[in-house]
Amino acid sequence: MYDLIIIGAGIAGMTASIYASRYGLKHLIFGENPGGQGNLAHTIENYPGIKSIKGPELMKRVSEQVENYGVKIRREKVIGLKTKDQGPRTKDTNQKFKNSNQFLVKISSGNEYSAKSLVLAMGATHRHLNIPGEEKFLGKGVSYCTTCDAPLFRDKVVAVVGGGNAALSGALHLASFVKKVYLIHHRDEFRAEKAWVEKLKKNKKIKLILLSTVKEVYGKEKVEGIIIKSLNHKNIKTKKRQQVDGLFIEVGKTPSIILAAQLRVELNEKNYVLVDANMKTNIVGVFAAGDLCLQKEQMVLCQFVAAAADGARAAASAYQFLTKKDPGASWGSFDKK
Amino acid sequence: MIIELINSNFQTEVLESRIPVLVDFWAEWCSPCRMVASIVEEIAKDYQGKIKVAKVNVDKEVALARKYQVMSIPSFKIFKDGKVIAEFMGVQAKSKFIEEIEKYV
Repeated sequence: MYDLIIIGAGIAGMTASIYASRYGLKHLIFGENPGGQGNLAHTIENYPGIKSIKGPELMKRVSEQVENYGVKIRREKVIGLKTKDQGPRTKDTNQKFKNSNQFLVKISSGNEYSAKSLVLAMGATHRHLNIPGEEKFLGKGVSYCTTCDAPLFRDKVVAVVGGGNAALSGALHLASFVKKVYLIHHRDEFRAEKAWVEKLKKNKKIKLILLSTVKEVYGKEKVEGIIIKSLNHKNIKTKKRQQVDGLFIEVGKTPSIILAAQLRVELNEKNYVLVDANMKTNIVGVFAAGDLCLQKEQMVLCQFVAAAADGARAAASAYQFLTKKDPGASWGSFDKK
Repeated sequence: MIIELINSNFQTEVLESRIPVLVDFWAEWCSPCRMVASIVEEIAKDYQGKIKVAKVNVDKEVALARKYQVMSIPSFKIFKDGKVIAEFMGVQAKSKFIEEIEKYV
């Protein structure tokens, strides 16, 4: 029986582990993909104390810090979460906790682990368009990672869907390899930072197709083209086939809530795990951190520093829950360890 | 041991191999590829003698990447008797590799 099991080894989960180690909590951390989304960041220039660093390098440093405390990040897929005993569920953060809740964590190898508390830190994953052909051609022309796959489309014609930073920076990255990029966006302006928009407009290889969406991906064994529907009211019926060799989908992220749903954790209207100011979910003993969760009225930030802070607070909350001690007051004592 | 594949040894190492071959299509620029690299190494050790593990740098071996229609990396293909008998892609847990390999060893 562990004090705590952390699910997810991105920056949020790993920070929770560092804090849990320092609080002396006996814990496990599971992550199929240690580093998580951080591994996909080209360059990070807003993490305090580090002027500029590649995402995978920062994640490597954090994972070394986790393992320096003797905690091994287990690269296993968690496939099931459940409460051993359907204990009290409440939103009332002041409720007197019963220690009856125990959690079972099942991993893909079949092993099960039990813990008195959980930190959910599964992060977010790319959003799908949910159109015909998208799943069928995944890896056959449909991609969610411009940094990974752009060079495989040298001298080809591709389309990018989206209007945020990822879509625009992705289109620019693609343009340095491919013959032509169609950037398809459903509005006539971009959410992306102004700096990206200006670069994009200057790039002769990129053709903008605005007020349009992609309705279908077609092909035989691989992507041969897409069907674009115009949303412009004047020509509302326009549907056009466009030959492309690849479609890069960059339409934002969505929280990875499948496991959270198994525990019946409360979600907000946008499907984020709902937490209070101390990262508590509605289930006693279950905490959340990082891109998976939001507090009431909190805006989506998706930043390393914010996810790390969440992880610290989630571990502190778990410590308080397990020991009934004030985590703030304990700093002096464990620093002497 | 993981074998570096190039156009000239692909025939003998993969297509004419007597045991199944797991081929990892990867590139330097691809951080998800680096993330799974350690799992691929473990698989090579665990299944030594049962399967062969090899990798293709798609940056250097453009012809092989094109021939096998690799459009997303990391991409894994299992070859047996000269044919692709299984394929999967992306960052996967070790259990996924084991599940796929166990079908053919």
